[in-house]
Amino acid sequence: MTTEVSMMHSAESQNLKDGEVSTGTTIIAIPFQGGVVVGADSRTSTGSYVAVRTSDKIACLSDHIYACRSGSAADTQALTDYIRYYLQQLKIETGRPARVKSAAHLLQKLVYQNKDNLSAGMIVAGWDPVEGPAIYSIALGGTCLKVPFAFSGSGSLYITGLLDSEFRENMTKEEARTLVKKALAHAMARDGSSGGIIRTVAITAEGNDRDYTSQLPYGPVSY
Amino acid sequence: MASSGAGYDLSASTFSPDGRIFQVEYASKAVENAGTVIGIKASNGIVLGVSKPLLHKMVVPSTCSYKRIHSVDEHAGIASTGFLPDARQLVGRAIDEAANWEDQYGVKVPPEVLADRLGYFMHYYTLSGGLRPFGASCVIGAYDQDTKQYKLHMVEPNGSAASYYGVATGKGKQAAKTELEKLNLHKEPCTVDEAVKHIAKILTMLHQENKDNEGKPLEMELSWICEASKYKHVGVPKARIAEVTAWVQEQLEEEDDDEEEAMEE
Repeated sequence: MTTEVSMMHSAESQNLKDGEVSTGTTIIAIPFQGGVVVGADSRTSTGSYVAVRTSDKIACLSDHIYACRSGSAADTQALTDYIRYYLQQLKIETGRPARVKSAAHLLQKLVYQNKDNLSAGMIVAGWDPVEGPAIYSIALGGTCLKVPFAFSGSGSLYITGLLDSEFRENMTKEEARTLVKKALAHAMARDGSSGGIIRTVAITAEGNDRDYTSQLPYGPVSY
Repeated sequence: MASSGAGYDLSASTFSPDGRIFQVEYASKAVENAGTVIGIKASNGIVLGVSKPLLHKMVVPSTCSYKRIHSVDEHAGIASTGFLPDARQLVGRAIDEAANWEDQYGVKVPPEVLADRLGYFMHYYTLSGGLRPFGASCVIGAYDQDTKQYKLHMVEPNGSAASYYGVATGKGKQAAKTELEKLNLHKEPCTVDEAVKHIAKILTMLHQENKDNEGKPLEMELSWICEASKYKHVGVPKARIAEVTAWVQEQLEEEDDDEEEAMEE
């Protein structure tokens, strides 16, 4: 079973329509004790033009579940809108917060059933009272994999070695956040479709902590 | 309590002047005349029991023919009574609901949701002019994997569903409810093993008290969900049922002897 990785170098090879924007991207999710830190770059590109320099690729699906979006911006926005709606309804019907597993499963169904018309690679991450922190990676064709940590998007290729080497279990929130920023900075340095600022969200049972930084820990200029 | 429908009972879409829907009440009558079903929520499991008195000797006395307790999913089961073909339809619907839920959300359907969905379905059949209400009640026993709790629900022909510590429906429901209340399940839950004994005893007592059943054997269907069944809804093992049946016989003989002694004094 292979996980497809999209090489987002030009609008043509990405199956984007004329003028459609892509979130050629780097997105990442790293767990820590009691939660998950998700991170993303902020570059939205149409071909080689940077359409938005400070976009937010981290979408809130429910109180404790977030999704990182890569691929077609339109497709991933539509998908996250649907999932947010389904999770709201689910909470009303069951009276309890949705499980990360359910959010990932719903997204998988949507992507798989519409695989011919979609270009979306997403990471669903969060915390639920049953399982604690959980991360799922949903690739282009609708493969859904539960993973100890996830990274995706065009820039993710350049940091596979870095993450394999630096990832440890049971980090603290700050350690996880630091690793997320470091990995994103390295990816943004090498991938033309990733850049801008680094956005992160730390998700825990108590609440979520959203932040961004334009001071990259690694880059062409050392601050 | 029997009042004449007097023209307000011809359709399920007609209220009577005193706010009753007679067709739905008549559907409940079908349940009241059918075999007794008892469910108990124990501290460590759920037990469902159905009284299936063998009506004539040509019927094969095994649970395969005209089964009364069905599994809806691994973690949930339904014991039903009333108009049996209607009950079978409801079980089929519950199976679909559970399967669809897992297909959509990737997790097992929570017990309350299953009960609500079934109630919703049964209620729909009390609204449409062309349809008739279901003449069956379903007692749902299920294990919630996320909260690690056992839940017992009953859904009635009018579509109402509620969660119970102990529930009885069918012919012997009044007597069974009295016995269940004596057990004080709402204050102090019993264990699953005690629940099996309680249900077996109540069903046997009810069967024996009915003079019509003189000489007719009682067949009981018992199912449970507990740690011993690996949290799955399965029939109580035959060996256990045999043990419990023997225990019940002893108990009832003792009680008969006690009664006789009391009378002699």
